[in-house]
Amino acid sequence: MTTATESILKQILESSTPAYFDKGNEARKKAFAQLSEIGLPTSKSEEYRFTPITKALEKRFTWTSSSPASEAISIDSFLPAIGDTHLIVFTNGRFAKHLSKLDGLESNVVVSTFEDADLKTKSVIQSLLGTISKTEDPFAAMNSAFYQEGIFIHVPANIQVAKPILVLHINDAQAKQVIAHTRLLVSIEKGSDLSIIEKSDSLGTQPCLHTFTEEMIVAESATLDYCKIQNDSGSTHQVSNTFITQADNSRVNTFTLTLNGQIIRNNLTIQINGEQCESHFNGLYLVNGNTLVDNHTVVDHQKPNSFSNEMYKGIMDDQAKGVFNGKIYVRPHAQKTNAFQSNRNILMSESATINTKPQLEIWADDVKCSHGCTTGQLDEEALFYLQARGIPYASAKAMLLYAFALDVLTVIKNENLKAHLDQLISERLHKNF
Amino acid sequence: MLSIKNLQASIGEKEILKGINLEVNAGEVHAIMGPNGSGKSTLASVLAGREDYEVTGGEVEFNGKNILELDPSDRAAEGIFLAFQYPVEIPGVSTINFMKTAVNKIRQYRGQSPLDAVAFLQLMKEKMKLVEIDQSLLSRSLNEGFSGGEKKRNEIFQMAMLEPKLSILDETDSGLDIDALKIVANGVNSLRSKNNATIVVTHYQRLLDYIVPDYVHVLYKGKIVKSGTKELAKELEAKGYDWIKNEVALA
Amino acid sequence: MSKDNQVLEEFTSKEYEHGWNVNLEADEAPKGLSEDTVRFISAKKNEPAWLLEWRLKAYRQWEKMAEPTWANVHHPQINYQDIIYYSAPKQKKSISGLDEVDPELIKTFEKLGISITEQKRLTGVAVDAVIDSVSVATTFKETLGELGIIFCSFSEAVKEHPELIKKYLGSVVPMNDNYFAALNSAVFSDGSFCYIPKGVRCPMELSTYFRINAANTGQFERTLIIADEGSYVSYLEGCTAPMRDENQLHAAVVELYAMKDAEIKYSTVQNWYPGDKNGKGGIYNFVTKRGLCFGDHSKISWTQVETGSAITWKYPSCVLKGDYSMGEFYSVAVTNNYQQADTGTKMIHIGKNTKSRIVSKGISAGKSQNSYRGQVHIMKRASNARNFSQCDSLLMGDQCGAHTFPYIDVENQTARIEHEATTSKIGEDQIFYCLQRGIDEEAAVALIVNGYAKEVLNQLPMEFAVEAQKLLALTLEGSVG
Repeated sequence: MTTATESILKQILESSTPAYFDKGNEARKKAFAQLSEIGLPTSKSEEYRFTPITKALEKRFTWTSSSPASEAISIDSFLPAIGDTHLIVFTNGRFAKHLSKLDGLESNVVVSTFEDADLKTKSVIQSLLGTISKTEDPFAAMNSAFYQEGIFIHVPANIQVAKPILVLHINDAQAKQVIAHTRLLVSIEKGSDLSIIEKSDSLGTQPCLHTFTEEMIVAESATLDYCKIQNDSGSTHQVSNTFITQADNSRVNTFTLTLNGQIIRNNLTIQINGEQCESHFNGLYLVNGNTLVDNHTVVDHQKPNSFSNEMYKGIMDDQAKGVFNGKIYVRPHAQKTNAFQSNRNILMSESATINTKPQLEIWADDVKCSHGCTTGQLDEEALFYLQARGIPYASAKAMLLYAFALDVLTVIKNENLKAHLDQLISERLHKNF
Repeated sequence: MLSIKNLQASIGEKEILKGINLEVNAGEVHAIMGPNGSGKSTLASVLAGREDYEVTGGEVEFNGKNILELDPSDRAAEGIFLAFQYPVEIPGVSTINFMKTAVNKIRQYRGQSPLDAVAFLQLMKEKMKLVEIDQSLLSRSLNEGFSGGEKKRNEIFQMAMLEPKLSILDETDSGLDIDALKIVANGVNSLRSKNNATIVVTHYQRLLDYIVPDYVHVLYKGKIVKSGTKELAKELEAKGYDWIKNEVALA
Repeated sequence: MSKDNQVLEEFTSKEYEHGWNVNLEADEAPKGLSEDTVRFISAKKNEPAWLLEWRLKAYRQWEKMAEPTWANVHHPQINYQDIIYYSAPKQKKSISGLDEVDPELIKTFEKLGISITEQKRLTGVAVDAVIDSVSVATTFKETLGELGIIFCSFSEAVKEHPELIKKYLGSVVPMNDNYFAALNSAVFSDGSFCYIPKGVRCPMELSTYFRINAANTGQFERTLIIADEGSYVSYLEGCTAPMRDENQLHAAVVELYAMKDAEIKYSTVQNWYPGDKNGKGGIYNFVTKRGLCFGDHSKISWTQVETGSAITWKYPSCVLKGDYSMGEFYSVAVTNNYQQADTGTKMIHIGKNTKSRIVSKGISAGKSQNSYRGQVHIMKRASNARNFSQCDSLLMGDQCGAHTFPYIDVENQTARIEHEATTSKIGEDQIFYCLQRGIDEEAAVALIVNGYAKEVLNQLPMEFAVEAQKLLALTLEGSVG
């Protein structure tokens, strides 16, 4: 273990032990033991080769037990224009009840913090929490040891939740640093549909570390639409570990949009544990400045006859760094699997970089799998053509970038959301690239 | 040459051929017509030995041999040729290489010595002319990126190369425009002789204007429900398959 | 499916054709590895002091290194003290002509299909034959000598051309590059050396045949090829080993050095003994191959057909230092039974306007695991670099695995990189189509697999292409129904 890891762990341990472990949660203790064993990642860790997050933590943070909730935040400017939604707000990793809006949910649909849940719900949470997540990733282990608050969303069988649930995270690092660890546990039962939109923003320039662990269990014939919008400040370090498991005939669509942040690392793991499943997972990263965005995805086909399609695209400007690692596993007996993946990147400046590693591991023969990966730049010919028709260089460039990025939105079904994202992407490309 | 007696076949649990009887002699052309799903293509596939189908009853004799016991490649070597409805693509393998392997394997089965490169080339040139196919097409990967017409013409070229005793054309007209259809038909007609026979499987009468059959059989629900001469095909064209369906329903 | 499986189970692999061993009295080092072993080898070969020092330095570095564990292969711990590091077939002290070569040895090569004497008349391929680490005969020396081409055993080059060896040895693969390269640098016993002078186009294929014969022996040969400005050479490498129940280690190093406008084409047909159908025995093939495109407009092209070895760990790479230099890697790797292959390439773009192309075709059958591992690295100053990679896997049966690990690292915005990978099986409809044309199942599989690998096989010189096609069919015999 490196000294950096040791010193950070020591600090975390010293600052946090009483506060967290007195709650008597064996799972937390176990997770902390695991974190101590695996340590924080170094440049030699295969999964973090290009993402020097430990160094950043060592340099920028002092370890305190937790950050208090930020009371006086106005959320209006952070709400996306996507029509009526249910709303869950977190500030500095704490559930802000007074800012949230959960009336009008379909009957029997439960949305509750782990702590406020009634006894019956608590036992459901107990039985599901940690069952599909893994703590091999150091930040997943850290989250499991130290999460401050968790939200449980339960959709019983055969309910189509009409409005999307918007989960808004606001970290207020104006006065001092923020360390936040949040959890989300979602269970969608047989034949039900749910759409979740998760958006994170931050205020101020003090350092912020936010870890997420998200577990989403999608039962037979159920559908999950999940969209993540990351628009944090340049001093935010975020590591999310999202685990999704699918049963027979289920549908999952995910979309991850990363616009800002210091280091943003997303681990997305989809276990296809049923037959006739369909999963689409797309992502788009439009980053500049010093932002590093790192998407690690795993799709694990454990049963036959399912389909998965992954499309991630990125545009890097200034000193921004992009990292993509996509694993497709097709286990023995997962015959007739169709799994496709593509990752396309554009570098806009001399100092921007991309490290990409698409990885296929196949143990079944009757499958169709492919991955494609490209890195390039804007088509000069096309750029010239547009300019020759009177479109100024900057607009022409934005138009072409927009055209490159656009098809990742095909996965979004909610028209309001799609229009919002479309505008967000277009504006960003016009303003910042 | 070919004698089919009470042939029954199914795929999975589903019975498709429910007792086919058919006699084909050398020098004859038989057309098998019928509405979609009547079992036409199944009959062609069963004769060629496709494994997806299980023969559940009946006999098929080809020149006195029970071919149901033979492997598909042995049936081919005995002289049965199937022109596929959907010819298969094999990347990296040219038609020339494919045919060279096939010709020599069949010669080996028959106890003949393999053709050397020169003799093979000569044979190929001769047959190319016969079916009006271009050598550049034959040098490309088998059927890969071929148009519908090119694929079908390639099938007829292969038929010419292998000189089968019995050719089964499975919906060879599907996806062809009139010019391509004529070329394919010309190829088939020029290969006709008193020593070989042809079974033309088709949904439409159109092809039979160019490949004129001696006999026409109508297949419906897994059985031959009507047989006749080429006039029957014309009648079908005029009255449609509902006429046959009604007739069967009445009987 | 069930039929496929049934045929797979009935599958009995064709006996390894080259699995005989010849009774040649060998001159061996004692088992085990120490500084003394290194000194023994160096002394046996009457080496100059500087080379002994170089070896010892490599040995000391190796001692501090650890065996790499990142490859997707599994094997029991190798006991490096249980290996014989030097084994030379006994023969007269020096050979003035082929007539003096041990007749047993000549027979050995005839069994391999490379009659050294016949070679002269027939094929116009110059051969350097290396048996159990020692170069035993090199043909066509005089013809090549007239053009100023040096083609000889490594030991001979140390004696005759020490200035070249001193300058280029370890210049592409440093002695401490990796664990196996360091081991090789310490104990390499012989190999081939080749130098093509300025502006010379080598008129014939140069070829080395490697053969492990003795038991408990490791083979550690080195190949060094230097192509001076504007020259061209095509080099072929083939190898076989006898069938033995224990695993044998082969840790070779190949260094290619291409100067301005030079081109080196290096082709390998690797057919080391793969072990029996239960995975017993076979060669551990841990090889470091690297080419340096040092000069502008230079080109290095690797072609490999990998059918043998129990384990293959091998990444023929190109360091594209010169502007406008070009690297190519064409590979077919076939694994059957319990074979494991982890192979691929690295294309390191340093110079401007450099280009690379990767075509990898993996074929897995039986219970084997086949991995492509590759890196394309575009360094910061490598403006306008281009790479195209195509990595395809073909699986035969449901007991094997195919894995793709491509690393793509781009630090320059003007790079254009395209990487594609697919996985497929031999379609039942393809087999049926062949059957219907009278082609039996085995021939159909051979035809389809050769078609699949065609883009790579096309890169091989004619004599090798035919051999490679046969090998592919042989390795996969009976593996699909």
